[in-house]
Amino acid sequence: MFRILTSLLVVLPLLLDAQPLYYTQNGKISFFSSTPVEDIQAENTQVNSVLNVETGALSFRVPVRQFQFPNKLMQEHFNENYLETHKYPTSDFKGRIMDFKRIDLQTPGTYQVSVTGELTIHGVTRTVTERGTLAVRPDGQIAAQAQFPVLLKDYKIKIPKLVVANIAEQVAVKADLLYAPYTPTEP
Amino acid sequence: MRLTPQPNLEALRRLLVLLTLAGSLWTAARAQDDAITERLLGAGIDDAPDHAFATFKANRLINGHSVEQMRARHLLFLIQHRFSTIEEGWYDLFGFDGAQIRIGLDYGLTDWLTVGAGRNSYQKSYDGYAKLRLLRQASGPRPMPLTLNVVAASAVQTLRRPPDPEGRTLPDRARLYYSWQLLAARKWSEWFSTQLSPTVVHRNLVRTAAERNTIFSLGLGGRFKFSKRAALLAEYFWVPDEHLIRSGPRRHFNALALGFDIETGGHVFQLHFTNATGMMERAFVGETTSDFFAGQIRFGFNIHRTFSFAK
Repeated sequence: MFRILTSLLVVLPLLLDAQPLYYTQNGKISFFSSTPVEDIQAENTQVNSVLNVETGALSFRVPVRQFQFPNKLMQEHFNENYLETHKYPTSDFKGRIMDFKRIDLQTPGTYQVSVTGELTIHGVTRTVTERGTLAVRPDGQIAAQAQFPVLLKDYKIKIPKLVVANIAEQVAVKADLLYAPYTPTEP
Repeated sequence: MRLTPQPNLEALRRLLVLLTLAGSLWTAARAQDDAITERLLGAGIDDAPDHAFATFKANRLINGHSVEQMRARHLLFLIQHRFSTIEEGWYDLFGFDGAQIRIGLDYGLTDWLTVGAGRNSYQKSYDGYAKLRLLRQASGPRPMPLTLNVVAASAVQTLRRPPDPEGRTLPDRARLYYSWQLLAARKWSEWFSTQLSPTVVHRNLVRTAAERNTIFSLGLGGRFKFSKRAALLAEYFWVPDEHLIRSGPRRHFNALALGFDIETGGHVFQLHFTNATGMMERAFVGETTSDFFAGQIRFGFNIHRTFSFAK
């Protein structure tokens, strides 16, 4: 009896040591600003994100400078004047997928999920809750998608009066990520 | 009498040790997950090279080139004016009535190669240039202390020639001018950038035998950005005394310019005071005949408008 318990207690943590992490390093996040004067769109395809399928913990790191605008002058203004990437090079999210236990990772399927956590943009951190979808794919990867609005004022992003007609007060953010299981590579 | 609980206590102790061991292994596994998560989040982002951008706001510092390149498939429409000197006061509205103009187009073939051409009212000249970026200032894993560019420019003046009394004809190449520059700039902070521009100007033909065909100059420039949209600029092209005429009625001076940049979104306006007239290297380096410190100062402006043809 004691031996069984011993071996169970030793083996169990080792089993748990199998990484419960899914990750991507080329997640896509884009945003869209629409005004009667001008539509502006930028896309970032170098987003890092990690999903812990044991706890439902979800985190993102977005290199803000990698947002690509068709107009590079706009991109320069975005970095230099609005997002101030010399001070705040990344945007981060740390949170969790609510009620994660109901998701069955063994069978392919799509789930509506709700995500809650701390979103940091332009050095300002706010607690947000957004909805999205999570799809367990037949190949074992997990696809995540979400669309949510970001109010520039909430993150102290100031738009000068001169271009106030060109830039929307609220931009639509779209995230599209495909997570693969993380396997530690032995050196 | 026998103490029966004794072996049970021992078992309990062993169980406790095991539980502690399992617990710490569990905690360690969790901590390891966190460490891996943090490493995955930072990969390619926290260790990416951080290139300096917007060392200057425009691809001209004032008269000369800055290290800024046009981005790939972006076209610049550049209008430059230099009025005559402010000395006449209200009579010609501080130089307003005697303007020199250059209109040009600059285009980014790639992010590191810009070409441009312009028409100058100065001696009815056309000019063209290519600017190549060799190094890019960066911090991070592969740091680079400065941005380095090379500029090659040429110009042709198309003035009608008065008939030569001795009936000589000059070959067309006598109308050509060349210049080469190295531009080395560093953005010290968001607010402060400096640039060194060693310059060589070659004139195929000069007016008198006393003048050199090839002259050297060292350009010095700087920017002090005092708000999100505006910056002070200064630029000076030093030329060794023996390379220019330094006495007499056709005396030459080094070009000095002081001004500022105002950025409005789609445009950059550069407003300045300078003693130079021409807006080509060969003209402001080699043919500046006004003395800034004797009040022979000209008001001038550059208006930059960029159009994107990128997808």
